[in-house]
This record gives sequence, C-alpha cells and structure tokens, in this order.
Amino acid sequence: MENERTYHFKKTLEKKERFVGGHRLCAGCGAGIAVRGVLRALREEDRAVVGNATGCLEVSSFLYPYTAYEDSYIHTAFESAGASLSGVEAAYNALKRKGKVKGEVKFITFGGDGGTYDIGFQSLSGAMERGHDLTYVCYDNEAYMNTGIQRSSSTPRFARATTSPVGTVAPGKKQNKKNLTEIIAAHHVPYVAQTTFLGNFRDLYTKAQKAIYTPGPSFLNIMAPCPRGWEYPAEKLPEICKLAVETCVWPLFEVIDGVWHLSYEPKNKRPVEEYLRLQGRFRHMFKPGNEWMIEDVQQNVDENWEKLLAKCQG
Amino acid sequence: MNYNERLSGNEAIAFAMKQIDPDVMAAFPITPSTEIPQYFAQYVADGEVNTEFVPVESEHSSMSACIGAEAAGARAVTATSSAGLALMYEMMYVAASSRLPITLACVNRALTGPININNDHSDSMGIRDAGWIQIYAENNQEAYDNFLQAMPIGEHPSVRLPVMICQDGFITSHALENIVLLDTDSVKAFVGEYQPENYLLKAENPLAIGPYDLGCHYMEHKVQQAEAMKAAKARILEVAAQFEAVTGRKYGLFEAYRMEDAEVALVLIGSSAGTAKVTVDQLRQQGVKAGLIKIRVFRPFPAEELAQALKNVKAVAIMDKAESFSANGGPLFSEVRGALYDLEPRPRTVGYVYGLGGRDITPDHFHGVFDRLRAIADGGELGPVYTHLGQRG
Amino acid sequence: MIRRAKDIDEHTPWQEMTLGGEIYEPATARYVNTGAWRTDTPVLDWTKCRHCLLCVPFCPDSSLPVEQGKLAGIDYQHCKGCGICAQVCPFGAITVKEGGEV
Repeated sequence: MENERTYHFKKTLEKKERFVGGHRLCAGCGAGIAVRGVLRALREEDRAVVGNATGCLEVSSFLYPYTAYEDSYIHTAFESAGASLSGVEAAYNALKRKGKVKGEVKFITFGGDGGTYDIGFQSLSGAMERGHDLTYVCYDNEAYMNTGIQRSSSTPRFARATTSPVGTVAPGKKQNKKNLTEIIAAHHVPYVAQTTFLGNFRDLYTKAQKAIYTPGPSFLNIMAPCPRGWEYPAEKLPEICKLAVETCVWPLFEVIDGVWHLSYEPKNKRPVEEYLRLQGRFRHMFKPGNEWMIEDVQQNVDENWEKLLAKCQG
Repeated sequence: MNYNERLSGNEAIAFAMKQIDPDVMAAFPITPSTEIPQYFAQYVADGEVNTEFVPVESEHSSMSACIGAEAAGARAVTATSSAGLALMYEMMYVAASSRLPITLACVNRALTGPININNDHSDSMGIRDAGWIQIYAENNQEAYDNFLQAMPIGEHPSVRLPVMICQDGFITSHALENIVLLDTDSVKAFVGEYQPENYLLKAENPLAIGPYDLGCHYMEHKVQQAEAMKAAKARILEVAAQFEAVTGRKYGLFEAYRMEDAEVALVLIGSSAGTAKVTVDQLRQQGVKAGLIKIRVFRPFPAEELAQALKNVKAVAIMDKAESFSANGGPLFSEVRGALYDLEPRPRTVGYVYGLGGRDITPDHFHGVFDRLRAIADGGELGPVYTHLGQRG
Repeated sequence: MIRRAKDIDEHTPWQEMTLGGEIYEPATARYVNTGAWRTDTPVLDWTKCRHCLLCVPFCPDSSLPVEQGKLAGIDYQHCKGCGICAQVCPFGAITVKEGGEV
C-alpha cells in the first residue's frame, strides 16, 4: 500500500475515473470532490459497492436513469447507509463462502453530516460496533444542504442556517459542533481519520486508501465545503479548506488501532477570523459589538486543538 | 418426505429458515417474534446453517440490512412484530419499490399505545399498502407451509416483490402443535436457489439501485409495482399447486369453509378461524346454512375470487382484528365490501372490529354475529355497519 | 423490451423502463449535458500549462481528463464552470471568462 512517503500524485490520476461528470451536484460542490478523491484510492482491479445516504449527493448522482458511478451503487434511505452497507457486506461474506462471488469487492458508503452525525448516527454506530469490513465516509458540509441549509449537529457555533437564523435576539446556531470523529474513534474501530481537500490530495488519498484497505470498519470524515450554504464564491473552496486546516478549525489526524496521530501541525496557527471572514454564514460575527463571538470561537478551537495535541502525544 | 414434529409457531418458522439456509438474516428482537432470531442464532452458533447473521441495533436497520443483502444478490430474511414493523415502515416501501424479494416473518401483535404485547393485526394491516405480498396463517402448520412458499412466490421474475408471512402472536407463535414437516432436501429442492438477473456483486456489470425519480418516471415505476402485485396472484396459486404436489396440503388465496350453499358467512383472518369453524359446525348441525371465509392472501387482494365465493350469500360479517380508526370499519371490511359492490343481488355486509390487544373471541361471540346475520338475511334491519365485539360496556 | 439508460426518457412507457428504477450499466450520467449550466467558462492556455495536474482532483465534475500523465483538456459537456481549477493552477494557465459558451 502507498503511504505518505511513496505517494505518487500523477499515477493516482491516471487511474480510471470512478465518479463521472454529468451528475447534478451544484457547481463547485465539495461532495463531488470527496467522492472522486475517495474512490480514486481503490485499486484498479478491485470492484466496489458504493452506498449512499439520502442527501444532495444521492439525488444528484443517481437521478434515474443516470448513475454517476462506474461501480455498483445502493441508496436506501436517509438514516440507513450504515445498515444497508452492513447487509451488502454480509451478503458478500455469505456468497463468497459459497463460491458465488469472485474477486475482491470493497464497500464504501457516503453520507452528508445530516445522514451521518444526526439521523443516520444509530445505524452508523451499529455498523461500526458489529465490525463489518466497510468504510463510512462523511462528506461534512455542516448543515442539511439538500433541504435548504438547516442546522445540523455538525453546524459550527454561530453559523447562520435556516433553522438557526441570526435574529435580533439569536446569534445563529447556539451550540458547538459535535465531534463525531472522536465519537467514532471511541468505537475502537481499526481506522478513523479526518481530512479535507488540500494541495496534491496526498492527505485525502492516503487516508482513503488506509480506510478502504484496513480490514474491519473504518470511518473517514471529510470537510466538504458547500458554496451555497457557506455563502462564498464557488472558486474559493481550496482557500477555505486550507484555512480550515491552518486555523485548526478542522485538524487533520488519524486514529489507528486506537492510537492518535496528528497528520499536520501548522507552523503558525492562523486566527479563526481569517477562516470565518470568507463565509457569509459568519458575516454577522464581524458586526461591531459581536467581537465576543469570534473570541468565543477562537477559544473553543484553541481548547480542542490542545486536547487533540495531548491525545496525539499521549 | 413428510414427518411429524411438535413445534411452536416461532419454532416452525425458525426451522423453515434453517431448512432454507438463507444467505443473510438480519434481525432485532421484539416480543412475540424474538424466539425466531434466538433459535436462528443458535443454528448459526452450532454451524447448522451457512447464513450470515447480522444482529442489528434496530428493526429499521434489520430491514435496511436485508435490502442491502438482497440487492447484493443474497437471499435475506428477517422477523419482527408490532412496533418493530412500525419502525421498519419507511424501509418496507424501499424494499418493495426496489423490487427486492425479502422474506419477513411477521408475528402479529398490537401496536403501542398503550403498550400491549398480545395479538391483533394492527401492525401488518398498518403496512398493507407498502407493496408487500401478505400471507396469513391460521395455525402453526400454515405458518410453516406459507414460509416455504414465500421465496418461490416473491423471487419469481414475474413478481419480484417482498413477502410477509404472518401468524398470530402467542396464539400460534408460542403454542405447541403437532405439525407435519417436509424433509430438508425436499425443502431445498422446492425453494430452489435465488438467481437474480442483476445484483450489486455481479462481476459482469454493475447495478445501481435506489434512484431519485423525477415526476416523469415515478408513476411508471409505481405502475410496474402494481402490475407485479396483480401478477403475484397467479404465481401464488402456481406455487400452491406445486406445494400440494410435494406435501398433499392444499392452499389457495383464501379458505372457503362450508361455503357451498351458505346463506350467512363470516370473513376473517388468522387463528380466530379455528374458533369460527367450530361455530359454523355447530350451526350446520342445527341446519343453519353458515359458512366461513378465511383470508390467506391479503395482498394481492383476491377481490374477484371473493365476490365469486360470496355471490349467493345473503348476509356477511367481515371481521377485522385491527382498528383503522376510519370511523367506518376496519381495512378488511372496506376491501371485502368493495369487492362485493358489483354483485347483483349484492350480499348485505356488516363489519366488526374484534380481538384487539389479544382480547379473546369465543364461539358465543360468533353465535351472536351469526344470529344477527340470520336476522338480516331474513329481511331484518341492517343496523350499524361498524361495531366492536368483545369489549365491555 | 427493457431499454438502455440512454434511451429512457419522459416518453418511455412503463413496460420498457427498468424495474424498480435499477440501472445495470456503469456511469450513465455521462449522457447528461451539465455543461449547459455554465454561466462562466474556464479556458485553458496550453502555452502555460505544465501538466502538474494540481487542478484535476479539485474538479467536482471530473471534467479535467488525464491521458498518459498529462492534462487532456476540459470536458465542456460536463464542466459547470465553478472556477476552482483556475484558483489552484500555480501557472495561471486557466482563466475564467464570462458566459457559458466555449
């Protein structure tokens, strides 16, 4: 298996594209980048069954009769991606044992933060606990985008969403973002990681590869910005991802067999303000009198970062 | 080869599953169906089956896992009751619309609330329009026999629909009865292999399943489902004939008991038929032309066949073991009454809701119903068409 | 006769549609012209492109095909004109012009 050192960027791009154009995701959508990036990590000779929770990705990538996937694909419902792929994986084990299926097939399911952090949390937890050999990928765009940008448990504090609006007495979302990656790590599954879209995709590719090819359940949480919901010009996605990492709003790390590893430590941790300023959903935080909101976010990010460093050093 | 065994209804279903040896079973326990996954887990633990048992964290997930497994090309089964079936509600539609012939053993129990663990049909009746074939049993023998017929029905290319095999919670699921079993080789030969044309794990071509349908496609897919349900009727009868050839036991869409010259008749579902048959026999001894129709197949609904069977009857009581809170009678009443509408002359019909939450029904109750039917048949007043039976007050 | 995906449209009768909405062909989304959505269009200047391919994985629409280790152009049938490729190009080889036309 390739690792961070042997990663050969151009070779990865010569592989067959497994997620093709013609899907109906919005221009600049992070979900499409996530799916392409993860599926690229499959060995070319391996087949995959791709699962999907209901959400933007599902309604856009399999709108009858047009599937964007080269591989087999199954969507069942919003909250059932973990369970449905569990069933597929169980079928594979049974049919393989009976000699009815040949070759290596990998199981990868995608869900947004709605389908993963919230409504599908139980079936994800069940799939992880039972130990199915599958990879669950969350493309985290921090709100229910498919229904029109409602807050989720992944929406960060103070972000404006249509069910956590900014009003005369409300500052946007009141609660902090749920730390799902940590919760899944607490299931003591063999591989858990957090990544996003950066540079030559070394981080995402190598993590996807480890997730897919580590036997047993694995979980990948990918920050996947949404230009519509986060209110930024579509072309700014690379900058937002970079700043999310450089501010430590979205740290890159892995948990391998329960051991925490930091993937990247910014030399100069940038103030969260730089990340927040690019996005219209945080616009109200920059109004005079609302400085406390930015301070609050900075404090929260700092605390979480220190905790993460402690875990990774421990 | 047939042989005798003393089994509870749950054991009979679990044993049928063991004989079939499905690829995947995904289940979550709920009274009174819990014993089915318990027995089955033991078969798995003892290496008596080659099945992947997926002990899911909810019934929503058991149906989701069955959908995934069946779509992958495996034969998938589950069992549930009551609130478990209600939790599956959304996924039941997905299974049917994706045309996946999953088999579900439903051990009928009342729906919450208040919580009640005893039998009625409100769980499966609540989900009657999900697109599943529904077959009901009167006793343990029928539960076993129906389960063996489920896959040859549902998996047939002309059908491709999921099948629920229903029996009455506790009344049959926990009662021991002497039943006749088919030897395992004969079961395997009868049920055959699951050979879908396309499946997720097929090497030759991929399969994408579960799309978003725009308005220009959705209705066509629903018409396909509706046509498959119509086609299922012929397939059910074909499989019943094959089953009779192997076992000598005869099944149809419903059982017509002493209906040849009946003037008054009951229509009902499930284990109450045993008590009703006793009542019919008593009345026949008194010279009353009483009969009974016990519905076996509720989906597809045998409307034409029922009309044919009831055309010479003067008064019919249609008895639901489920409330639909329509203020106009239960689901069976509505459908049977609708089936009789075009008959000339048309039998008069009354609807009863009885047996909710395990409330007993006795021959005395049925005698009361027949007394009323006889009065109606003699030209008496119809009275209220929607009443309850067996409650106090 | 069940039709292939490319022949299924809003005029197809139910008898000729695949059962249950299943599709047993790969990647049929290729038939869809999402390029028509564009309001801006990326333009590639071949004299500046050094085939570093940094733009390729960032494309949400898989519209920057690679052949033999080199960028093979822009797939305008599927490109929606988000402009991310122009942002990540270190050599200024991709610019975004107004309008959807190529």
